[in-house]
Amino acid sequence: MTNGHVTDWRKAAGAVALLAGAALLPLLISDPARLNFLVLILMAAQMGVAWNIVGGYAGQVSLGHAVFFGIGAYTSTMLAIGLGLTPWLGWLAGGAVAVLFALAMGWPCFRLKGHYFAMATIAVAEIVQILVTNSEFLEGAVGLYLPMDRSGPAAMVFLSKLPYYYIILGLLVVTVLVAWAIERSHIGYYFRAIKDEPEAARALGVSLTRYKLIALSVSAFLTAMGGSFYAQKEMFIDPGSVLATSISIKIALVAILGGVGTLLGPVLGAAILITIEEYSRTLFGSTGSGTDMIIYAAMIILVAVFSPSGVLGLLSDLRRHLPGGGAKPKKASKSAEIRP
Amino acid sequence: MNAPHLLAVDGLGKSFDGLVANRDISFVIHAAEIVGLIGPNGAGKTTLFNCLAGFHTPTSGRIAFEGRDITGTTPEAAAALGIARTFQIVRVFQSMTALENVMVGAMLRNKRVPEARRKAEAELAFVGLTHRADSPASDLTVSEQKRLEVARALATGPKLILLDEVMAGLNPTEVREASQLVHRIHRRGIASIIVEHVMEGIMPIAHRMLVLDYGAKIADGTPAEIAENPAVIAAYLGE
Repeated sequence: MTNGHVTDWRKAAGAVALLAGAALLPLLISDPARLNFLVLILMAAQMGVAWNIVGGYAGQVSLGHAVFFGIGAYTSTMLAIGLGLTPWLGWLAGGAVAVLFALAMGWPCFRLKGHYFAMATIAVAEIVQILVTNSEFLEGAVGLYLPMDRSGPAAMVFLSKLPYYYIILGLLVVTVLVAWAIERSHIGYYFRAIKDEPEAARALGVSLTRYKLIALSVSAFLTAMGGSFYAQKEMFIDPGSVLATSISIKIALVAILGGVGTLLGPVLGAAILITIEEYSRTLFGSTGSGTDMIIYAAMIILVAVFSPSGVLGLLSDLRRHLPGGGAKPKKASKSAEIRP
Repeated sequence: MNAPHLLAVDGLGKSFDGLVANRDISFVIHAAEIVGLIGPNGAGKTTLFNCLAGFHTPTSGRIAFEGRDITGTTPEAAAALGIARTFQIVRVFQSMTALENVMVGAMLRNKRVPEARRKAEAELAFVGLTHRADSPASDLTVSEQKRLEVARALATGPKLILLDEVMAGLNPTEVREASQLVHRIHRRGIASIIVEHVMEGIMPIAHRMLVLDYGAKIADGTPAEIAENPAVIAAYLGE
């Protein structure tokens, strides 16, 4: 444990350097399209880190996270339209609604295990998408526009992309800090225990229902905040843009691609996935809503076949096999495998 | 009246869709007692363990722990009351180190990570696995994983520990070590019920033996009495 402090310091220094780099990056990039590309990466990363709390650490694979994303987007937007509420408070309201929904959804769904839980989350997300599409109150398939007359920090509406960059960077940092705090506390240990051997965890006094609900609620809260951010950035939402199945898959894929159950794996996964997505968009044309699904499918197959522990797992495997890197003690890597 | 027994089982029965696994089992366990639970395969030993630890809800009968009715409780509630268990087929947390496995157990009484780590280090030392603390649990041998499960169960601060075949598959030296471990658990004031097929491991250390056959208790006595008991001999050798 003595050199644990040294690696802790090295990790902290690395995190500060990474953050400083991310904060200074927009100063080098003036092209709004490039900046938007970075915002897309940060958004995907934030959702992936949030998903990872329940899907990675606790091993409860959700393929319905679009429902939380959509709840965040719709709640903050409705409050802005109806009450003129600032999105800064709308975010928290969206998070709170998402937590309530997570508790109501988790109670029955967590009676199901593994694949059956994943299927139930798909069903819930589909039902919500259909309900919203047919809801007059939420303007159905027409969608909602944020009030265009307000702008500035209070309304979180900006002409430049730059403020959005810093807001989503801040949200990503908060999300990573929450995941980090969970990882280090008894909750993180309990999540991993539940993922590995649920029956043994119970024998040690761990309530499966309670800790799975904690995982889903925290993840839902943070995902909803990502949804609110999306609404502020785009100024328009409809069921297709915030509740679609492809969003659920993308959120999960970002984490799975980077490395499930690792702190920064989803950030890496987001960078890779969004880059591929953008290049394919210029290659195959922007309207092809089918191409992204083809890419997701290809990524899932590649990860499942070649590296179930994601890109981070692949990197640590490589390091272990390289000469000189072999002395490093083998860290248990099973936690980082997809086990729905 | 004197103080209630640590564990009192009264008329316990458990059946699965008409298949009777436990029938009308009654016995008591005293504090710090070492009790062997033996019987032929399929006699209902593991079912009884699962009922005591809250994994099964008994079909009939009562279970009282320190005078409190705990019939049909949950495993997590049983653990909180002070009933710990190991599993016949080891269930260590594969993605964690040995130390982290035991920390999960220690967190039942103290959620703070540094304190849980200290407690876990002490329990790893108690079962002789200090040198394996930072190894992934999946790298441990089966015999080490069994001891790891004992350490993990002890870390929950139990008054009663249910050990399910911790000596199976061990060589004679390891069996002797396991017997000594059980004796040291007894000296800590913790009672143990031990399901075991390895007679040379359990007979010398048990204060008392319970024998099950076809789901029912057929004998309850000291190891010497059990060895002479005609019903037990018949159950093991056949009529």
